[in-house]
Amino acid sequence: MAFEGLADKLSEAFKRLRSKGKLTESDVKQAMREVRLALLEADVNYKVAKDFVAKVTERSVGSEVMESLTPAQQVVKIVDEELTALMGGENTRIDMASKPPTIIMMCGLQGSGKTTHAAKLASLFKRQGHRPMLVACDIYRPAAITQLQVMGEKAGVPVFEMGQIDPVKIIKGAMRFGKDHGNDILILDTAGRLHIDEELMNELKRIKADVEPNEILLVVDAMTGQDAVNVAKAFDDALGITGVILTKLDGDTRGGAALSVRAVTGKPIKFIGAGEKIGDLEPFHPARMSSRILGMGDVLSLIEKA
Amino acid sequence: MGLFSKIKEGLKKTRDSVASKVNMVLNSFTKIDEELFEDLEEALVMADVGLPTAERICEQLRAKVKEQGVTDPQEVRGLIKEIITEMMEGGEDLRISTSPSVILVIGVNGVGKTTTIGKLAAHLKDDGKKVILAAADTFRAAAIDQLQIWADRAGVDMVRHAEGSDPAAVVFDALTAAKARHADVVICDTAGRLHNKKNLMDELGKISRVIQRELPDSDQEVLLVLDATTGQNAVNQAREFKNTAGITGIVLTKLDGTAKGGVVIAIREDLKVPVKMIGVGEQIDDLQPFDAKAFADALFNEEEER
Ligand SMILES: Nc1nc2c(ncn2[C@@H]2O[C@H](COP(=O)(O)OP(=O)(O)OP(=O)(O)O)[C@@H](O)[C@H]2O)c(=O)[nH]1
Ligand SMILES: Nc1nc2c(ncn2[C@@H]2O[C@H](COP(=O)(O)OP(=O)(O)OP(=O)(O)O)[C@@H](O)[C@H]2O)c(=O)[nH]1
Ligand SMILES: [Mg+2]
Ligand SMILES: [Mg+2]
Repeated sequence: MAFEGLADKLSEAFKRLRSKGKLTESDVKQAMREVRLALLEADVNYKVAKDFVAKVTERSVGSEVMESLTPAQQVVKIVDEELTALMGGENTRIDMASKPPTIIMMCGLQGSGKTTHAAKLASLFKRQGHRPMLVACDIYRPAAITQLQVMGEKAGVPVFEMGQIDPVKIIKGAMRFGKDHGNDILILDTAGRLHIDEELMNELKRIKADVEPNEILLVVDAMTGQDAVNVAKAFDDALGITGVILTKLDGDTRGGAALSVRAVTGKPIKFIGAGEKIGDLEPFHPARMSSRILGMGDVLSLIEKA
Repeated sequence: MGLFSKIKEGLKKTRDSVASKVNMVLNSFTKIDEELFEDLEEALVMADVGLPTAERICEQLRAKVKEQGVTDPQEVRGLIKEIITEMMEGGEDLRISTSPSVILVIGVNGVGKTTTIGKLAAHLKDDGKKVILAAADTFRAAAIDQLQIWADRAGVDMVRHAEGSDPAAVVFDALTAAKARHADVVICDTAGRLHNKKNLMDELGKISRVIQRELPDSDQEVLLVLDATTGQNAVNQAREFKNTAGITGIVLTKLDGTAKGGVVIAIREDLKVPVKMIGVGEQIDDLQPFDAKAFADALFNEEEER
């Protein structure tokens, strides 16, 4: 498979570095060309990849690295560090309201996994002892409400719906209902929309203004290509997202979109989805993602070899 | 809306698009040099063409420029579009002349299979064909209800079983119904599945065999639906689905967004599978035949210039 060849090439490049006692600037540049190719094959945005390689090169040709006893090791380590840093380590938790209910709004492109992940989150909160409720705000997609109801049933979580009326009205209704029934978390499943669809983006802005969600989570398909930056930036500019859920990581995509989204929004990836079942939700691990994007099982073991 | 006008509308709104930057570059360059080729390559990568394919296209371009003695940068745009058009042309027509013929629609999760089937059913019905849908996604929550809504919108029949039943049995029944009712086309919806999941791919193989066995002499199309937002992973998708179900064509959806779906060029080059149709929205008439020239135009965003 193409990607495996690439991983091989990459370790070749690092091996070449390793075989040199001292590194020259051109050795580093050659290795960085391979890194750049790996990033592009993983769908890391072109500009993000370019900036990344520039940054790593700058750090690598510095005197501490070039004159260290193990320059190649240092370079690999810098690549890994920078990649992990770019993906952000900190806050992966959901921000709970000091006074319930906590409102979590899901948003994103069509088919990215919002409905599925709304249900997965609800199930997670339920297992943590909360009393979440799902709110059906997708009034456009055929059978969207039924889909959420089926998923809600699988999660053992109630679903609030009012048919196809204004989402803000639905949410207000859900808040009243939730108050009476002791639901401390409301998860809003919104319709998929294009980031350039002004009318539908305005709908989300209106929801934000009216109900002030504690979390606005952008749901991003891990297979997304170069356009991930445009999408993430547009949603963030319009709504000020608080985090990202990266979905469909059970495929064989390298998931470079993670890096792009993180780089343009600076917002944390809070969860990853790796399957269609209710339980397929995991916290995000930047270091693992970094290895995956570079197409190497484990970057750290490469450092040990180097 | 006319052919591709929707895409162009989307592209017009693309902020910061490299394609428009390249147009600026082409307009500002006075001679054809390496920098210009690099900018073009960058534009292609930004459109998800992938670096290896982008390099191959630029190589052909260099040869053409040399061969034809082109010196005006303005002419380069035309040449590169010619190259891409030539690569993508041919094989667009659906082969469905027998009655019944079968269209099997497959792909990973959330790409637009069910929606495409709804649009296609309406289109074929308008052409005077008697269409039957097979609701063979028995797995995803409310998938059958979603297809039923599309069947109603298009005014065509649908064969359905209960959720969780055997998809191959649904297809079998739909084929039987098609023979009995003298239908012209059976379109089979299938559950979204990632191409790296062996058991799900085997299930697809089983559906293919049922069609082969029941209608060995009929025209059959196996359409792989690809989301234009997808990056390089689409190549893996196409390869695996081709191996399992022998895809005859691609439907490229969500081209009304800002992603350009350039990865289909790599797929055409590597796997020789033509793009047959494009999806440009969520409404019933948002399906268009694929037009290689318009696709090449859209990649370079020419409309913006006029
Ligand atoms: N393999 C896999 N499939 C997923 C994952 N998350 C969601 N899906 C599938 O992706 C498809 C789309 O998921 P939905 O939850 O309906 O996506 P959505 O964003 O709500 O879609 P719209 O409401 O149409 O915009 C479904 O087939 C889901 O089962 C995941 O992590 N892995
Ligand atoms: N903007 C846009 N949205 C589309 C297009 N085609 C489909 N969609 C939307 O994408 C989402 C997923 O579409 P589906 O038809 O359910 O996709 P699917 O491949 O059947 O999904 P699964 O069965 O869950 O794997 C829905 O919200 C559709 O309305 C398109 O061409 N443009
Ligand atoms: Mg949904
Ligand atoms: Mg479907």
